[in-house]
Amino acid sequence: MGLEIFNTFILLLLVVAAVTSLWVKDLLVSAVVFGVYSFLMCLLWAEMGAVDVAFTEATVGAGISTVVMVATIFHLRRKSND
Amino acid sequence: MKLLSLIPVIAIGVLLLWAGQDFPKWGDVESPASKSPVSSHFIANTGVDTEVPNMVTAVLADYRGFDTMFETVVVFIAGMAVIAILRGSSIGRPRRKDHEVEAEPDLIVTNTVRLIVPVIQIFAFYVLAHGHVSPGGGFQGGVLMGASFILIALSWDLEKAMSRFPIERCLVVAAMGIVLYGGIGLLSMMLGGEFLDYAELEKILPVSREMARYHAMLGVEIGVGFTVAAIMFVLYANLASEGRLKEGL
Amino acid sequence: MEGGSLVSELFIERLNYCIYVILLLIGLWAMLAKRNLVKKLIGMSIFQTAIILFYVSIAVKKDATIPIYLAEHDPHGSHAKVATEENATENQVAYNPVELKPETVKGYANPLPHVLMLTAIVVGVATLGLALALTQRIYQGYGTIEEDELLDKLDRADERASQSPIIKEKRNAQRRKSTQRAKAKAAAGSVTKSNMAAKPSAVTKGKKKAQPKKSPSKTSATKAKPKPKS
Repeated sequence: MGLEIFNTFILLLLVVAAVTSLWVKDLLVSAVVFGVYSFLMCLLWAEMGAVDVAFTEATVGAGISTVVMVATIFHLRRKSND
Repeated sequence: MKLLSLIPVIAIGVLLLWAGQDFPKWGDVESPASKSPVSSHFIANTGVDTEVPNMVTAVLADYRGFDTMFETVVVFIAGMAVIAILRGSSIGRPRRKDHEVEAEPDLIVTNTVRLIVPVIQIFAFYVLAHGHVSPGGGFQGGVLMGASFILIALSWDLEKAMSRFPIERCLVVAAMGIVLYGGIGLLSMMLGGEFLDYAELEKILPVSREMARYHAMLGVEIGVGFTVAAIMFVLYANLASEGRLKEGL
Repeated sequence: MEGGSLVSELFIERLNYCIYVILLLIGLWAMLAKRNLVKKLIGMSIFQTAIILFYVSIAVKKDATIPIYLAEHDPHGSHAKVATEENATENQVAYNPVELKPETVKGYANPLPHVLMLTAIVVGVATLGLALALTQRIYQGYGTIEEDELLDKLDRADERASQSPIIKEKRNAQRRKSTQRAKAKAAAGSVTKSNMAAKPSAVTKGKKKAQPKKSPSKTSATKAKPKPKS
């Protein structure tokens, strides 16, 4: 029972993080909240028993993907119109 | 455009939700995916065929090794393409200074990173080598290794990281990873089996057929680790400096 | 009724699938509707991770453990040996890897979707890196990454490029004549006033600024023409 509550809670947080990442107008905030989204995914998969996938997502998704996005945004305009 | 694109999106959503009634319940042991003969064969026979306790690494590197080889090639091609796209970019354009960047690296950051980076690299090797028994393997170890170089590039400048790991050497290392992978496959073919049939390596190694698969899996994961580490650093270096590779973030 | 069982079956028992579908829709809508290119890429990544979540959740079995052999099924048997040595029984099970029975197979999570999704994650990050490189290049070339401004600039560039060569020659000849006239006026009247000399350069500078920013190779080509004149 506790696991189901945990699952539902993390899934709702996922939806909130996804919507936030797309809503804010500052691209740097978008990239960082996308990193939060990746970490929540990793947590969910580790709880579901997919440890290899969680490890890969923790390094690749929350590590490399966020850093590379921030590195790109530094050279672009940080404010987006929508 | 925003409201117009909402229509197909909602249509797809309604379709998917309507089809979702027929899904098996979450976590069902009797679901068709769990009862399928392929996955049951993998779970039951990995120990007998390959003597590797981690089923995911065994399936990734041995049973579905062809897949993994082409995935490594895809990562390599992505690195090449990033270099090609950003190579001919703005020549000598002054950087827009709307965020003030520090002139020299900070004392605390550099000394902490100097202590941490060797530990990260040893951990990367451990994850690579221990991927047979614990969660890990080639990809995770390679990405950790690449991340250690990115950490050096972030705390000092990009030039210091490039002096340790120049782009030409990165590409050589990445190519060597794929050659290693394909080389093990071709070696098995030359010894009489099929491509990537690691059991044939028992003819040159003094081990049994199953342990030959075990050791060849390690070699293959090392190849994957080389390529992924090099290409992660290439990706960061090119994106952070707009292809010029002169000054980083 | 039909409606009641639909709600209970779908939203209560299979709530996870509903949230996966919602995440998929968020990612898909972001790719279609957002105008900023980086937001589109974030939408693409959300879409990819939502699909990976769906696959991984298919592999879940209730009360099953992670897909790594437990100590008693470990093919190397060293774990089993340690366990039996601590118990110090005489009849130690000899080490040999055995094929698992179907009841034991049910106790492990399904490894096959995990393998497929490992590949998917790595390919996803490679694609993201490539797409971000393209975005940077577009910004260097056009100065903006909003889709509507980009379409504007492309339309204007198309218009200019698709004019007939006769009209282009006429326009260039006009421009050359006007710069010559301005230089002649400046040379004649430069003895009198200083701001008279400033005006023609302002006039030519205004003409150059009227063209929107193009990629560096194109600007160097167009700059080469007025350079010997001015």
